[in-house]
Amino acid sequence: MQWETVIGLEVHVQLATRSKIFSGASTAFGAEPNTQACAVDLGLPGVLPVLNEQAVAMAVQFGLAVHADIAEVSVFDRKNYFYPDLPKGYQTSQMYHPIVGPGEVEITLEDGSTKHIRIHHAHLEEDAGKSLHEDFHGMTGIDLNRAGTPLLEIVSEPDMRSAKEAAAYLKAIHSIVTYLGISDGNMAEGSMRCDVNVSVRPKGQEAFGTRAEIKNVNSFRFVERAIAFEVERQIELIEDGGSVVQETRLFDPDRDETRSMRTKEEANDYRYFPCPDLLPVVLDQAYLDHLRSQLPELPADKRERFQNELGLSAYDANVISASRDMAEFFEAVHSECGDAKQAANWVQGELSGALNRESLSIANSPISARQLGELISRVLDDTINGKAAKEVFQALWNGQGESADEVIEAKGLKQVTDTGAIEAMIDQVIADSPAQVAQYRDSEPEKRGKMIGYFVGQVMKASRGTANPQQVNGLLKEKLDALL
Amino acid sequence: MHEKTLTQLAAALKSGEFSSRELTAHFLQRIDKADGKLNSFISVTAEQALRQAEVADNARAAGKTGPLAGIPLALKDIFCTQGLKTSCGSKMLDNFIAPYNATVVEKLNAAGTISLGKTNMDEFAMGSSNESSYYGPVKNPWDLTAVPGGSSGGSAAAVAAGLVPAAMGTDTGGSIRQPAAFCGITGLKPTYGRVSRFGIIAYASSLDQAGPLARSAEDCAHLLGVIAGHDGRDSTSVARGVPDYVEGLNAPLSGLKIGLPKEYFGDGLDPEVEKAVREAVKVYESLGATVREVSLPHTHYAIPAYYVIAPAEASSNLSRYDGVRFGHRCDNPSDLIDLYKRSREEGFGEEVKRRILIGTHTLSEGFFDAYYTKAQQVRRLIRQDFLDAFEDVDVLMGPASPTPAFDLGAKKDPVSMYLQDIYTIAVNLAGIPGISVPAGFVGGRPVGLQILGTHFAEAQLLNVAHQFQQATDWHLQRPAFAEEYA
Repeated sequence: MQWETVIGLEVHVQLATRSKIFSGASTAFGAEPNTQACAVDLGLPGVLPVLNEQAVAMAVQFGLAVHADIAEVSVFDRKNYFYPDLPKGYQTSQMYHPIVGPGEVEITLEDGSTKHIRIHHAHLEEDAGKSLHEDFHGMTGIDLNRAGTPLLEIVSEPDMRSAKEAAAYLKAIHSIVTYLGISDGNMAEGSMRCDVNVSVRPKGQEAFGTRAEIKNVNSFRFVERAIAFEVERQIELIEDGGSVVQETRLFDPDRDETRSMRTKEEANDYRYFPCPDLLPVVLDQAYLDHLRSQLPELPADKRERFQNELGLSAYDANVISASRDMAEFFEAVHSECGDAKQAANWVQGELSGALNRESLSIANSPISARQLGELISRVLDDTINGKAAKEVFQALWNGQGESADEVIEAKGLKQVTDTGAIEAMIDQVIADSPAQVAQYRDSEPEKRGKMIGYFVGQVMKASRGTANPQQVNGLLKEKLDALL
Repeated sequence: MHEKTLTQLAAALKSGEFSSRELTAHFLQRIDKADGKLNSFISVTAEQALRQAEVADNARAAGKTGPLAGIPLALKDIFCTQGLKTSCGSKMLDNFIAPYNATVVEKLNAAGTISLGKTNMDEFAMGSSNESSYYGPVKNPWDLTAVPGGSSGGSAAAVAAGLVPAAMGTDTGGSIRQPAAFCGITGLKPTYGRVSRFGIIAYASSLDQAGPLARSAEDCAHLLGVIAGHDGRDSTSVARGVPDYVEGLNAPLSGLKIGLPKEYFGDGLDPEVEKAVREAVKVYESLGATVREVSLPHTHYAIPAYYVIAPAEASSNLSRYDGVRFGHRCDNPSDLIDLYKRSREEGFGEEVKRRILIGTHTLSEGFFDAYYTKAQQVRRLIRQDFLDAFEDVDVLMGPASPTPAFDLGAKKDPVSMYLQDIYTIAVNLAGIPGISVPAGFVGGRPVGLQILGTHFAEAQLLNVAHQFQQATDWHLQRPAFAEEYA
């Protein structure tokens, strides 16, 4: 039987507000346990929440970016359950009237094709603290620094049909929230967390199969792996005559498997009701218009512009537009050198390689967009050849010089294009290589093309890499062929 | 000194008749002598009070004092007080010391008032008799076999007995007005949102409101002026100017239109209480007011709606008392569930558990719409009843409670206790202000006249109450207890 996979994602995005969603405590990551939890975060008696307006603005920005309906009135509800890292015994969330209504996100697949994934809604809520189970001698430690950190939970429709689509969707969300600057998108620090709803159905069947919700899927790679495992598990189960039960499962990245956490019957009754301590959030058109006017160009628009106006391939446009930092770096390089294709090649090639090797983000690149653009310009105007360009790049990366020109000057990498000088070097090489010349002469004409490489190498060596290789090639061929 | 009203005390402090330190010491002495019988205080903070009094006296000497500086007050033990125990009448918080002051406390401190201590109350403000307190019941100074009302019973009894000139309470379903009525004093519940709830331990967040209990409407006017106002720490407090509540007290009442809700004079109302209330209304007629009957047709739904909404909110508000971070924690928990179960089992009293269970049930899947959603619809209808009535009349009047204070232990079943609040509870659901003023006695126990106004009509309510107190002397009556024991 042919099976079809159906996937929906719930993505929790930690919003980059300075303070928590309902208190003035800092949201900075990595502080000593419980040093960033005030009376409100601790749920002490008598304290009250006050909504952080920055969190509201960020949620609205996201909604606008995914072309969603923004609720004129949204309401916070309490989700009641007991857990030690949930200080108040309820999580303040938005169950019935979320701030962001239906919208959609465009994803790009590896073959360059695009697909629209619908957003069901996105709502604001507070994060819980953390339970620490190690090093407490049979007890559990509670760190409430994270309690009250604002989250935007983005819930998709079950529109994805493969693990790849799910990963592409997660990347698209990542790219939108980082473009907007509403989250640092750091998955390793938990700034983006993902629950995956997976089901399978026979191909052609309209009704959805029973779904399992997989928790703790916290990297792009894990999303693909968790789905792959879960799909296989469900298909096997059904083909063996069993059936999928609705349940929550936990992804274990170490074992590469999902395990049952609780079934539907064991699920909590969260007793949602409107939080009486918070007023409904009422947004007017002027506020939305103001935020809309502040929106940056978004990844999908950039991708389209890079492709249509700058002539980049679909692949290049997609990769470069995925990160705002990379896109902006690319644009700065492009505006310096004027050649989009070259700019894209350098940013994705030499620069990305170097950044990856040293685990640096493009925002912390030791070489600036201006420097790289200049370097490319020097290649384009034949001041240096490709080999020298790599040397210049390395020198700039290492901080040996302020600009490409300075490095070229200091290292004497300026390309020799003077025909006389090159001819003199060629003559010398020919004179020094009688055996190779004889071999060249005695070879079949179609093999000579390959043999010329040796002479080019020698000339380049003699010029310490500064000769223009195309020129060397042409002149060598002329001179060698004259000897036939 | 203890016979003076707040206004008289302020004048005496100003003229130098006595110092705040002398005044404070006097009241502390009275508490010391009498409260063993009344049990109106959970904690008396004598040292801090005397220190505050000294500060107030010094400030006065330096010419830097407001009108209420140096006046001793008491706080219901539901207001968080920095560095002092705030128990909310519960074993659960018997060990809780708040690291902050409630906004009301901050404002009173800023006005230079002195806090003598924290008054007894029904556990988590759940009760109408003060019998649910972990610290034992409070006695009514008019009759030590009677309850003082609740949940602000300690505040009401202490003021009535002259142990403190005035006290702060909270009112979720009548918890200021009913004990004020039972103890023969004046108690004001402001409009929801008029006074910040920050630092007040929550019972039912959409209904809770703080207000003063004092010997006169004029005293209440002084205190409301101090505690009212918007607070950035309470989103439900309203950004609206605070009028001078004292200024308008003497406005004449000629032309005042009084409505008597017919539903407040029906079955269940003690005929003697009704008589006292109708006598009071006659006084208003003599002052130039006109009286007509009005109807609040959804009144009989108020108690059921309240006992869905308030327990629902309470079940959630009280979830934080889990033994993990503060408050009572059971000994040697075997695991997390055991910790939760035993800490809450041991820490909460019976009435609190009952309301948590009711609230947990009504919010459950499958019951939510039938209970909570329906109750919220009823709440809107009740509010509309009042708004409609205020189209035709300026204020509404009726009894604060169907009977005078009942005997301790008399209300054994919870529903008969809940019915005590029949005239006060709808006011909280509608969010409007109400005041209870002494209007006579039945069998030696005080009767309260309740006056209701539309949202933010506190100035008018205080004016109407004050004029009554200019024409009558019910509020000047003192229980014999005040002199016998103190």
